[in-house]
Amino acid sequence: MTETDVLTRKDILKEERMQRDSTRIFGFWVYLMTDCVLFAGLFAVYAVLHNNTFGGPSAKSLFSLHLVLTETLILLTSSFICGLGIVAAHHHNKRLTIVAFLLTMMLGLAFVGLEFGDFYHLASIGDSWRRSAFLSAYFTLVGTHGLHICVGLLWMAVMMFRLLKGKLTQSNIRRLTMLGLFWHFLDVVWIFIFTIVYLMGAVRA
Amino acid sequence: MMKQNNTSGKAIKYDKTTTYLAGYIVSVFLTVAAYLIVTRHLGSRYFILAVISGLALFQFIVQVLFFLNLGREMRPRLKLLVFLGMLMIVIILVGGSLWIMSNLNYRMMQSKSAINNYMNQQSGNGF
Repeated sequence: MTETDVLTRKDILKEERMQRDSTRIFGFWVYLMTDCVLFAGLFAVYAVLHNNTFGGPSAKSLFSLHLVLTETLILLTSSFICGLGIVAAHHHNKRLTIVAFLLTMMLGLAFVGLEFGDFYHLASIGDSWRRSAFLSAYFTLVGTHGLHICVGLLWMAVMMFRLLKGKLTQSNIRRLTMLGLFWHFLDVVWIFIFTIVYLMGAVRA
Repeated sequence: MMKQNNTSGKAIKYDKTTTYLAGYIVSVFLTVAAYLIVTRHLGSRYFILAVISGLALFQFIVQVLFFLNLGREMRPRLKLLVFLGMLMIVIILVGGSLWIMSNLNYRMMQSKSAINNYMNQQSGNGF
């Protein structure tokens, strides 16, 4: 008997599927990296234009750091819980996975609610993206991040639907892994928005 | 052929609740530290800017390692390769933009008297 005969057909198929899944996850990783370049472009625009307030408000007078810290901690916690959800998925614990992702979704919704509430407030006091180059760059950068969060929330809703309807299959685990990567990635981008837009904006004279 | 596609292979098995917890605690600590340094005005402006940049960079590294699991990848480290390529593009893009625009600012946005002075000088040279 050769060594390959010892492996059953099922083992080989499983191994092949693992390979295919990791290739797909790698593909998704490449997409995330290109998305990083998109954000880098928006950061560059913001960095160039942040002083061009055209007589309007500057970052220092406009943003409430208190609110932003709350948003940051909410997003960070959601990222952590999402990670726990992925661990649960890899342990084939469906109930825990669903609970973790529902919590992540709720925190994500809270984040989006706070952020768009803030946007609405800014627009209603006349400081919308039409006010100055600084505000255009700000709304584009932070709004693009918010849009990504919304897409992530939609994706989570779809995954929750799939899980509630069906089983925690291998393909569902792969999707959840990608979704987790996406969510962590958005958290990483937010570190820089928090530091460069909000904290540095408050420090500037 | 299949062997080459093995980008993260067995690393798909996550068993790292503690890794996530550690990453979370460190990230919260760094975020709150940066927030307090800014709101309490601990130090001069440039000192604060330098410190919060350092904290952000540190948190970036922590989250990439602990949340995105970049460190736990099998050879060949294709994810790492793409990540480094992205970093290079980002540095060139952001650094280059800032460099060019500050240079433009320096040449165009000086005080009015300086511009007048410069133009007079140039016209004196047969401009």
